[in-house]
Amino acid sequence: MDENVTAIKGTSLWRDAWKRLLKNRLAVFGLVMLIIIALFVIIGPLVLFWATGITADEIPANGDLIKSFPPSRLHWMGTDEAGRDQFARVLQGGRISLMVGIISTIVSLVVGVSYGAIAGFLGGRIDNVMMRIVDMIYAIPYILIVIVLLSVFGGQNTPSWIKYLSETIGGSGNQGLSQIFLLFFALGLVSWLTMARVVRGQVLSLKNQEFVMAARATGVSTFGIIFRHLVPNTLGPVIVYATLTVPSVMLTEAFLSYLGLGVQAPFASWGSLAADGVKNIAIFPWQLLFPGLTMALTLFSLNFLGDGLRDALDPQTRKF
Amino acid sequence: MLSFILRRLLIIVPMALLVVTLTWGLIRIAPGTFYSSEKKLPPAIEENIKKKYGLDKPWYQQYGLMMYNVVRLDFGDSLKYPGQTVNEIIWRHLPYSATIGLLAYVLALVFGLTFGIIAALKQNSLWDYGSMALAMLGLSVPNFVLGPILVLGFALGIYWFPPARWGTVANLVLPVITLSAIYAAYIARLTRAGMLEVMRSDYIRTARAKGLDEKTVLLKHALRGGIIPVVSFTGPALAALLAGTVVVERVFAIPGLGNIFIQSVLNRDEPLTLGIVAFLSILIMVFNLIVDISYGFLDPRIRYE
Amino acid sequence: MNQQNGSILSVKDLRTYFATEDGVVKAVDGITFELTKGETLGIVGESGSGKSVTNLSVMRLIPEPPGQIAGGRIVFDGIDVLGLSIEKVRDLRGRRIAMIFQDPMTSLNPFLKISTQLTEVTRLHLNHNEQQARAHAIKMLKLVGISDAEDRMDSYPHEFSGGMRQRVMIAMALSCDPELLIADEPTTALDVTIQAQILELIKDLKARMGTSVILITHDLGVVAGMTDKIIVMYAGKVFEQAPTKELFATPANPYTKGLLKSVPDPAHEEGKELYQIPGLPPDVAHLPPGCPFAERCYRAEDICRREFPPFVEINSDHHSLCHFAQEVYAESIKENEVLHV
Repeated sequence: MDENVTAIKGTSLWRDAWKRLLKNRLAVFGLVMLIIIALFVIIGPLVLFWATGITADEIPANGDLIKSFPPSRLHWMGTDEAGRDQFARVLQGGRISLMVGIISTIVSLVVGVSYGAIAGFLGGRIDNVMMRIVDMIYAIPYILIVIVLLSVFGGQNTPSWIKYLSETIGGSGNQGLSQIFLLFFALGLVSWLTMARVVRGQVLSLKNQEFVMAARATGVSTFGIIFRHLVPNTLGPVIVYATLTVPSVMLTEAFLSYLGLGVQAPFASWGSLAADGVKNIAIFPWQLLFPGLTMALTLFSLNFLGDGLRDALDPQTRKF
Repeated sequence: MLSFILRRLLIIVPMALLVVTLTWGLIRIAPGTFYSSEKKLPPAIEENIKKKYGLDKPWYQQYGLMMYNVVRLDFGDSLKYPGQTVNEIIWRHLPYSATIGLLAYVLALVFGLTFGIIAALKQNSLWDYGSMALAMLGLSVPNFVLGPILVLGFALGIYWFPPARWGTVANLVLPVITLSAIYAAYIARLTRAGMLEVMRSDYIRTARAKGLDEKTVLLKHALRGGIIPVVSFTGPALAALLAGTVVVERVFAIPGLGNIFIQSVLNRDEPLTLGIVAFLSILIMVFNLIVDISYGFLDPRIRYE
Repeated sequence: MNQQNGSILSVKDLRTYFATEDGVVKAVDGITFELTKGETLGIVGESGSGKSVTNLSVMRLIPEPPGQIAGGRIVFDGIDVLGLSIEKVRDLRGRRIAMIFQDPMTSLNPFLKISTQLTEVTRLHLNHNEQQARAHAIKMLKLVGISDAEDRMDSYPHEFSGGMRQRVMIAMALSCDPELLIADEPTTALDVTIQAQILELIKDLKARMGTSVILITHDLGVVAGMTDKIIVMYAGKVFEQAPTKELFATPANPYTKGLLKSVPDPAHEEGKELYQIPGLPPDVAHLPPGCPFAERCYRAEDICRREFPPFVEINSDHHSLCHFAQEVYAESIKENEVLHV
């Protein structure tokens, strides 16, 4: 070609996407909102304790006297049936709800992407069998699977690595916490199916492209091709799908807690708080409203952010 | 086309049986039995129970017996409600969830399609942002929050509708609205995306170049292609709705199938669980088939042999 | 039927801009041309030159955000198109001005039968009822060379081959006997053999119905046998305008010469490399000062990079946008003499 042609300034796909994301005001709003909520939820309980000595799980000595109080200057979101401060509980619950979103999505990502990439890459019979398995698991109501997982691996049977993980992240000595981590994994294990399908589809169309042949020709191992070459190219749809999974998983956890199967006392999640609050909707509506609306706000922000990420990563879907 | 339908129908039965098998396997793996809650029963009594229900036989015999019955559509009696067959229970509770489910979906279609089309037509206008914000709310407020809020507002606050139970049309309003919210939201978003995609097509440009007005362009040319995502969505969504939604049933004290299902799982009521799972999977497969057939009518490029 | 007098379309200083993330793209920046009744005008240019946008502007088919007709005048048979209400524009579309597009597969609605797509035009503009419209449509299909028209009326677009689809599009466009037909790269998506057929068809119909035609293409070979005069567009501007024969024989613009050189000539020496204008079309969002073609021009000098070239009149029908138009013209004449010795 001609040397006189001035080079066009190149930007990577990611920088382009980031720029587009920032231009989307709703998505930015969602992102900012999420950061604020995350800060509240992480630092909040500590600040609250430092300032007022209130914690989320301890039932205060005067619990009987102040139970089910409406919002007041001392208790911004009122108190629950045992006299605990709702604000503290909502903050604490937020930690668990957000962790559900993150950890379960990571689990579903890891399982789904690996499964899908391997199936897509190996193709043929193996792919067929693997996808039939996915179809079959898909046909079973997920509640069943979650309940089975929780009862099989619950309590004494909790795998030690889950216990280890819960202790590292959450502090030691608490068996209840390891059950919650078990819940995270169980939720992740029912959410990976569509991710696997998406990744497999992508890999199927990518694997015949030239860069794969080039990698093969230079002697990259199968494992290497799958994970170092193909997977990074599927990142777009994977991120899109992950953004759909986070709110979905949080809603599922809330649903399970509503049924009494999810987070157990003394821990709380927004779902379990809302479930507790439903009982008293007529008389103490704030017990449902605060956790419920906080959760709605978080999901709202997550959805906007997810939308924004999708638009930013896939220009075809852009508005104009 | 006919042979296609027949082949699909034929495959439904073995698939359902497969799902039943998997479910059976899952239930058996899970610890816990239907007859023990917290107390441990004395061994003698436990033996008796096991004998009565054939649980002392080897597992493959139990499986064989179960499958033999299932194929004859005999799911047996519920373990938790002795004296009632599974089929009776399902048929008794199905009308409640089906009514609410169907009404909810129709409502969701009406609102979702309307707002989705408006949003696509007046893209980036207030109508667009408003509709999508509303849809976002529908997606973000969990139904166990929305339901009670509606009850609080419209039943207890202003006494427009009764807060719960079954009976008159008025009883249906709040549960149907609660149930339809999230579906309306999905449909609105899918419609908008589908319509926008189609409106960008070359053939829409041709239609305009012929001098057709926007309404004709939209309704005659764009709609057919634009609603395909909604059609895909409808199959599984409707099937799940008919089978019941636990939350709405609990909040509004409606004796639907969803609650029955959850209870059966928690109670380890194996026959009932298997019966409902079989029913649900057949329902899903039939609905998927209907959706696929509609593709054939909507998109002339698709031809089934 | 062939009216010689009178201008059917007059475009003056048309500007159509698009607002994009990278800034304002001046897709068409000051185009002027005129078409007399019965003429065929060829608009030639590479992708991004603004040729399609020009024609979409004539029919006001530019999507209003992000596009906008920012200035100029378009007069069709005495009517100020840009001043019309959108309803009146719709009256013109399909009836007096018709357009056919590049890819007939995507330009026909895959969900509707072609009978529907054909009849709706006459039902709308000529007030036909269903039977009249259908009979007329069959007649049009036969006219474009689809002999088993009655049988094929109720087929869907995907049941036709590429060439046939384009014929259907032509039938659709000519249904109301429009005065102006705009053909936007009608043959680009088709096989070479079919291309010739379609072009012949257009030529034939034009002769029969007296339609004025604007033919848009990037392929000079296509316009050679079809057009009365040609506009060469680059970066949203008219670089040269001349009657066809004159443009091919004695071009007055380096860009045009480059284009002509790029047309593969089977008679030429074997083993010689195919000529290609060096470089790439410019980024219309960020045009350099001076002539937009300067970077790629074999003849560029300092002034070309600094100053925008003037519009030079070679003779009454022949204009060129270049600092050295006269010189290039003179060179062309000389080359001609050499060839014709």
